[in-house]
Amino acid sequence: MENNLITEDIQKNKLEKAFEILKTMASKPSGLIGLTIVLFHVVLALISPYIAPYDYKAISPNTMLLAPSAEHWFGTDSLGRDVFTRTILGGRTALTVTFFGSLIALLWGGLLGIFCGLVGGKIDDVVMRVVDAFLSIPWILAMLLIVSLLGTSTEVLIPALGFFYGKGIVRVARAATHDVIAKDFIVSARARGHSNMSIIWNEIIPNVRDAILVEGAMRWSWMLLGFSSLSFLGFGVSPPTPDWGLMISNARGLMSFAYWSVIAPIVGLSSLIIGINLTADAFAKALGIDRSTKAPV
Amino acid sequence: MNEIIESVKNLSIGFNSQKGKQISILRNVSTNIKKGETVGIVGESGSGKSTLALAMMGYIKQGLFPLKGECLFKSDDLLKMSSRQLEKIRGRKIAMIPQNAGQALTPNLKIGYQIDEALRLHTDLNKTERDKKISELLNKVRLPSPETMAFRYPHELSGGQQQRVAVAMALAGKPDLLLLDEPTTGLDVTTQAHVLELLRFIAKDTGTSMIYVSHDLGAIAQVSDRIVVMYAGEIVLEGPARKILKEPIHPYTYGLLKSIPKLSLAGLPASMPGSQPQPGSINEGCSFYDRCNLATDNCKKNSPDLEHIKKLDTNVRCFNYKELINQNNNLQTSITKKSNNSEANEVLKLKDVSISYAKQKFFDQLLNKISDQNPTVKDINIDIKKGETIALVGESGSGKSTILKSIAGLLKTKDGQIKFENDRILSSDLKMRNPNDLRAIQLIFQNPDESLNPNHTVEQILSQPLKLYFNLSGEELKKNIIDLLKKVRLGEFYMSRYPRQLSGGEKQRVAVARAFAAKPDIILCDEVTSALDVSVQAAVLNLLQQLKEDLGTTYVFVSHDLAVVRAISDRVAVLYQGRLCEIGPSQNVYKFPSHPYTEVLLGAVLEPDPDIKPKLVAEDIVEEKPPEKGCSFQGRCPRKIGDICNSKVPPWQIGENGNAIRCHINIEELASLQQ
Repeated sequence: MENNLITEDIQKNKLEKAFEILKTMASKPSGLIGLTIVLFHVVLALISPYIAPYDYKAISPNTMLLAPSAEHWFGTDSLGRDVFTRTILGGRTALTVTFFGSLIALLWGGLLGIFCGLVGGKIDDVVMRVVDAFLSIPWILAMLLIVSLLGTSTEVLIPALGFFYGKGIVRVARAATHDVIAKDFIVSARARGHSNMSIIWNEIIPNVRDAILVEGAMRWSWMLLGFSSLSFLGFGVSPPTPDWGLMISNARGLMSFAYWSVIAPIVGLSSLIIGINLTADAFAKALGIDRSTKAPV
Repeated sequence: MNEIIESVKNLSIGFNSQKGKQISILRNVSTNIKKGETVGIVGESGSGKSTLALAMMGYIKQGLFPLKGECLFKSDDLLKMSSRQLEKIRGRKIAMIPQNAGQALTPNLKIGYQIDEALRLHTDLNKTERDKKISELLNKVRLPSPETMAFRYPHELSGGQQQRVAVAMALAGKPDLLLLDEPTTGLDVTTQAHVLELLRFIAKDTGTSMIYVSHDLGAIAQVSDRIVVMYAGEIVLEGPARKILKEPIHPYTYGLLKSIPKLSLAGLPASMPGSQPQPGSINEGCSFYDRCNLATDNCKKNSPDLEHIKKLDTNVRCFNYKELINQNNNLQTSITKKSNNSEANEVLKLKDVSISYAKQKFFDQLLNKISDQNPTVKDINIDIKKGETIALVGESGSGKSTILKSIAGLLKTKDGQIKFENDRILSSDLKMRNPNDLRAIQLIFQNPDESLNPNHTVEQILSQPLKLYFNLSGEELKKNIIDLLKKVRLGEFYMSRYPRQLSGGEKQRVAVARAFAAKPDIILCDEVTSALDVSVQAAVLNLLQQLKEDLGTTYVFVSHDLAVVRAISDRVAVLYQGRLCEIGPSQNVYKFPSHPYTEVLLGAVLEPDPDIKPKLVAEDIVEEKPPEKGCSFQGRCPRKIGDICNSKVPPWQIGENGNAIRCHINIEELASLQQ
């Protein structure tokens, strides 16, 4: 109906298109809030080592469990460390690990899902049953096993998280592929004799990219929560590196009389998760994907 | 008879664009519906015909709103009524029959219950009276065994029967006005003719007024007393059906009628240049200006008003209509096409081809047993000569697309061989074919919306085959793409566009260009014009013919539309339930004697002429599986002679015109029967 209106703004390069999507996302309050929060966290993670007022690992018996004051904005913890310093630094590991973890999840989950959707048949059956089997294993138990066998370095955490959060993406990518696979342009490419790889790359990926990206963004926020849970249980970041999950775990016994040492990391973690969720939703709406009609798997 | 029951006055309906501009879809539409009259509203997609029809029952689609004007039913404005007031009118006074009854009926409720629901809402009858009424209604719409029909679910009915149920539901409230939105568009030709016949009967029998919306002038011609022609949101011509169809005095209607392929004409229909303007793009002048060959400077600046011509009882929106008044004998002309050289070699041979969709069972596979004795497509023998256009015709389920797919290598054949050039056997598995064979056979699909990747520009779409088959890149690739676009009469600037930025006809041209990019020997066309508007269809048919004459390509053309097939093809093969019924040169297949199924099909074709009524010789029942023994058409054949039809596969008989017919009736006898 608005065909001619579309024709007016015909050619846009990719950068302009990305900018356009950002603009649409920011045009709604929820999207704007989400973007602002995520941007704030990313910037903070980048500059926090330079602006941190204290040394994050400086222990001092004289400053134990001080209430928030002009000197220590968020107070101090049970070892006398500045909570503000540790809070602004505490997101760095979580953000990096989960960001790269999500990328790995997107990559293997997306590609395997698309491949299964395209070839179908027995290969698809076998792969999907394996994925189902993995989905039925409580991920935190499996993660604990891996971490206790291989250690808690980021080189272990990133691929391990990437693997466990990619399983769900396989299903989403496969379903998105099924939506386009029956279209005549795929049949046409097949009839021309294109290889499977060429069909995936040229015909399918441009059409399922949006759905997978949105799913990846949602997985990112879930992974953040998962990673923080690991830290909380003592299997994520090793002390004294500041981390929200770890901070919450350490200070939770003191909650009744030193609430400040728990509240700061909680606010940090939940605001980032909410921010990513809001952004992912706005992103999906800007791309025209309605998440509310599609149940996440 | 002359009482007006609904009148639309200066109605404009529009929407707000994203940029805040107000864009109108309907502009200043005025018309009257009289009691007992059937009015056909005809126009191409996007002309506003459905919007107008829905507004006539007080319904405006979401996002649209009335800008001005009114819709008076009797004397109340429907557009100003509350939903409570509308409830009392819809169903009781104005009822609607939707396009796709299969989707309009609730799948998990029995037919009888759904009709009963309409009766409960719109009448004051008690239970026993309603039950009586239900079987009465089912009888009226001529459904077989109405007693049991009420206890069936919608999915147990064929498309035509579902549409009849929808008609029965609409009639339940005894409406004064029936609104039909493309009610026969999704149906097979023979079913369509039957449903139209029923509608005509009901209009006469009950005295109900009808508004019949369609893009199909053939269907409109069969039912309408009066025709309203819409173009770009305006009424451009309105008058008695016979006058509009025989002596159209608006250049758009004239062009439209000329662009419809007709059974009586052998050549291609003339096409209209350009396409319908988008809503909001016309600021001044006549909306048909840039496609009109009568246009003058006056037409560019001023838009004509709807002028009433008393002598013809017609309203026309054109400054120069007088020039058309004496021109109308030209309607029955067509562009003659060059015929192929019948001495040419065969390029493709189908030998005893059978195709089955049934999956072989595990044990049968082990024992190497053939499990499906009754495959979907069986014993197809066709030799296709180089440079000819052969058409496969049949209703849905006739196996025509299935055959096309297996030629393309997308479906494995069960038996038989496909031989390509010099009797070389083509593997029925795509992966086993060599690249040159893949290049030589290309496909064009029905719906360009589906066959073009929405995320690719035209340049990317066309570069795919060029890169794959000829390894082109850089400047050479670009040059080739521009050449291809030129071939299908599109400018260079289309390269950077996405499919959604093109009109339906332009999209199909890009699809044609992509097929020709491979420099193929054979192009398989799968209903390539069915999704297009009539005027665009003619242009695409002409383009295909032109390309064939220039490049010597062979077409295998699949269609359900006998008139289109008549226009484009050199030879026709008629299929029923996956079995060949008749094959021969196209001018002969359209002459008698012919196979009884061809006779049925030809009789059901709707021509845009009120004097040519369809001949309904067979029932419109649908068979789901081909019969296991005997003639494939035994279940519906009007000329069935007896047991032999059920038990023995009929022999091929060659008529004096050179068409082969598969029937037990002697061909001379058939000729005398069909005289």
